[in-house]
Amino acid sequence: MPFTNERHSPEKLAEIAREIRRDIIRSLVVAKSGHSGGPLGSADIFAVLYMGGVMNHDPQNPAMPGRDRFILSAGHMCPVLYATLANAGFFPKSELLTLRKFGSRLQGHPGRDMHLPGIESSTGSLGQGLSIAVGMAMSDKLVDRNNARVYALTGDGELQEGSIWEAVMSAAHYGLDNFCMIVDNNDCQIDGRVPDVMNIYPLREKFESFNFHVIECDGNNTAELLAAFDEAKATKGKPTCIIARTYMGNGVSFMQDKYEWHGKPPSEDQAKVALEELGVSQ
Amino acid sequence: MTTYGSKATRFGFGEGLAELGERDERIVVLGGDITGSVLTSLFKEKFPDRFFSMGIAEQNATTVAAGLALSGKVPFFASYGAFCALRNADQLRISVCYNEANVKIGGGHSGISVGPDGATHQILEDIALLHALPHMTLVVPCDYLEAKKATIAIGEMVGPAYIRFGRESTPMFTTDETPFRLGKGEVFRDGNDVAIIACGPMVWEGLVAAEELAKEGIQARVINIHTIKPLDEEIIAQAARECGAIVTAEEAQIIGGFGSAVAQAVVKNHPVPMEFVGVTDTFGGSGTPTELMKAFGLTSTDIYNSVKKVLMRRSGQWNGFQRMTEVGTEGQHPQNYPKPGTVFPIEELIEADRQAAAEQAA
Ligand SMILES: Cc1ncc(C[n+]2csc(CCOP(=O)(O)OP(=O)(O)O)c2C)c(N)n1
Ligand SMILES: [Mg+2]
Repeated sequence: MPFTNERHSPEKLAEIAREIRRDIIRSLVVAKSGHSGGPLGSADIFAVLYMGGVMNHDPQNPAMPGRDRFILSAGHMCPVLYATLANAGFFPKSELLTLRKFGSRLQGHPGRDMHLPGIESSTGSLGQGLSIAVGMAMSDKLVDRNNARVYALTGDGELQEGSIWEAVMSAAHYGLDNFCMIVDNNDCQIDGRVPDVMNIYPLREKFESFNFHVIECDGNNTAELLAAFDEAKATKGKPTCIIARTYMGNGVSFMQDKYEWHGKPPSEDQAKVALEELGVSQ
Repeated sequence: MTTYGSKATRFGFGEGLAELGERDERIVVLGGDITGSVLTSLFKEKFPDRFFSMGIAEQNATTVAAGLALSGKVPFFASYGAFCALRNADQLRISVCYNEANVKIGGGHSGISVGPDGATHQILEDIALLHALPHMTLVVPCDYLEAKKATIAIGEMVGPAYIRFGRESTPMFTTDETPFRLGKGEVFRDGNDVAIIACGPMVWEGLVAAEELAKEGIQARVINIHTIKPLDEEIIAQAARECGAIVTAEEAQIIGGFGSAVAQAVVKNHPVPMEFVGVTDTFGGSGTPTELMKAFGLTSTDIYNSVKKVLMRRSGQWNGFQRMTEVGTEGQHPQNYPKPGTVFPIEELIEADRQAAAEQAA
C-alpha cells in the first residue's frame, strides 16, 4: 500500500525515507547504470515533501488543477523521484524495476514524453528546471492568482550554471513567495568536492543578496525539514531557498560522502550489503 | 576493411589531446565536471598546470575559451555534446566563430548510442547547428584511431573547430596507414553501382552493408567523410557522377544534418536519387545502445534497405511520393522509441504489485 500524504511524525517520515532508499537501490541494481549518490542523500527531503503533508497533490489525479508542483532540476537524481512517486501511489512500485530500460516510462532523465504520472517536466540539462519552476510559480501567483506552490530541487554543483542565478533573480524580482527551491548541498559533484571543482560558497549570503528568504537545515533530518518547509510556507513577499545539508549516498555506509558514487549503480553484491544496512534482505 | 577490436572514439580524443599537450605548450584544457567521461582527465594528469576546472558552466567555459584563444592560447573545452554544442550555441556563434577564435570543442556522448541516459543526453542536432556556423570546422571521426588523428589535426590548425565523439565502443578499422587530412574524404571501398557516404561510426555500418550488397552483385562505393565542414564536395560530386545513386548515413537528425550537406553538394553538381539514414525528426530514449540503434534505424541493415530503395528509384521501379523523414521501404521503416505502456504494459505492472502485496500478507 502507498504511504499517505499527511503530517506524519519525523520518525515515520524517516522510515518512509528508508523505504525510498531501498527502492533506489533495488531499481539501480537492475538498471545496471544510473546515479546512486544524490538520490540516496536526498531521500529524506522527498519523503517530507510528498508524504509529510507539505505538498498538495493527488496521486489518483496527478493533473489536478491548482495542485502544488515539484520540478527536479537536477534531472540525474530521478531515481529518488521515481521511488518517491511510486511509494506515494502515483504508479505501481514494480515499475521501478524498469528504470532506464528500453520503452520504460522511467527514463534515465525524466522525459515528459513518456507521460509518467507525477512528472511535470523533462529535465536533465542542469539549471533549466529551476527556470521552469519560476515560470510555473509566475503562472500560479501572477496570472491564475491561485494558492498553488511550486517546489524545485537543484544540486549544489548545479548552482555553477549561470542560468540558476537568472532564475533566482527573476523569482525574487516578482516576489514569488509561492516558490521554494531546495539545494541538495552534499558538497559533491562528478569531478570532486564542489569547492575544488568551482567554488559556490558562501551560499546563504548569495541567496540573501538576491533577496531570497534563506533557511539552512540538516537535509537528512526529517524534523528539521518539516520545520523548514513550514517556515517557507509562512514566508510572505519573498521566495525561499532551503539549503539542505546532506551526505551523498546517505544511508549506505560505503557510499556516504563519496563523490565517486555520483553516477554509478551498486553491483549485485554491493546492493545486498546496502539493503542489509537499510534493514531488509532484498 | 577489417576490424581489429573495438574502442570508443572518446578515447581517441583523450589520448590525442594528451599527445597534443606534449607537442604544443599553448594547449590549455577547460573541464566541465565530466573530465573522466570525456577523457580530458588524461591531459589533466599530465599537465595539471594547463588544466582549468570551470565547473558546470558550459556557456562561461566556451566564452572563457574564446578569451584564452584571443590571448594566444589553444584552448580545448570538452563536455557532452548536448551541453557544449547546443547549450552554448550563442557563445559559439558570436564569441568563438565571429571572433575567429582558435577554440576547440570536444563534444562527447553524441548520437543515440549513449544508451540508458536517455534523450536529454543523446545529442542529435549538433551537426545541423555546427555546420551552419561560419568559420567552424566540424569533424566526426569514424573510429578510435581516426579520432586521435583528428584531435591532433584540429589542435594544429588555426580557427574554431568541433570534434564529435561517442561513448560506446565501436569497431576500429582504420590504421596508421589510412590517410587523414582535414577536409578530405576517403574512399574506403570501391564500387560504381551506388555510393554510401557516411560519417562517424556509421562508416563501419556502411562497409558491412556493402559486403551484403556485394553478395548480390551490387558494388557500393563507401566514402568516409570525417570532415563535414569544410566538406569535400569534389569527392561527393564525383560519386554522384560515377555511381548515380547515393545513400548517406549518420547518427544524427537527418533534418539539417550530414545528409543535408551532402545533398546540397550533389544537387549543385549532379543530381541523382538519394536516401538518408539517420534519426527521423524524433527524440531518443533510454535503452541499450544496440536496442536503440536498431529501433532508430541506424544499422547496416537500414543502410542496405536504403540502398535497395534508392536503386529502385533510379530504375523507375519506385516513384511514389515520400516525406523527407521517411527512411527505408514499406515494412522496414524505423520503429523509433516505443510508446509508453507498450513494452511494459501498465496492467502487468499493477498485477505484479498485487502479487507482491499478497505475498507480503501471507
Ligand atoms: C548542463 C549540464 N551540464 C553537465 C551535465 C552533466 N552532469 C550531470 S550531473 C552533474 C554533476 C551535478 O552535480 P550536483 O548538482 O552537485 O549533483 P550531485 O552530484 O550531488 O548528484 C553533471 C556535470 C548536465 N546534466 N547538464
Ligand atoms: Mg552535489
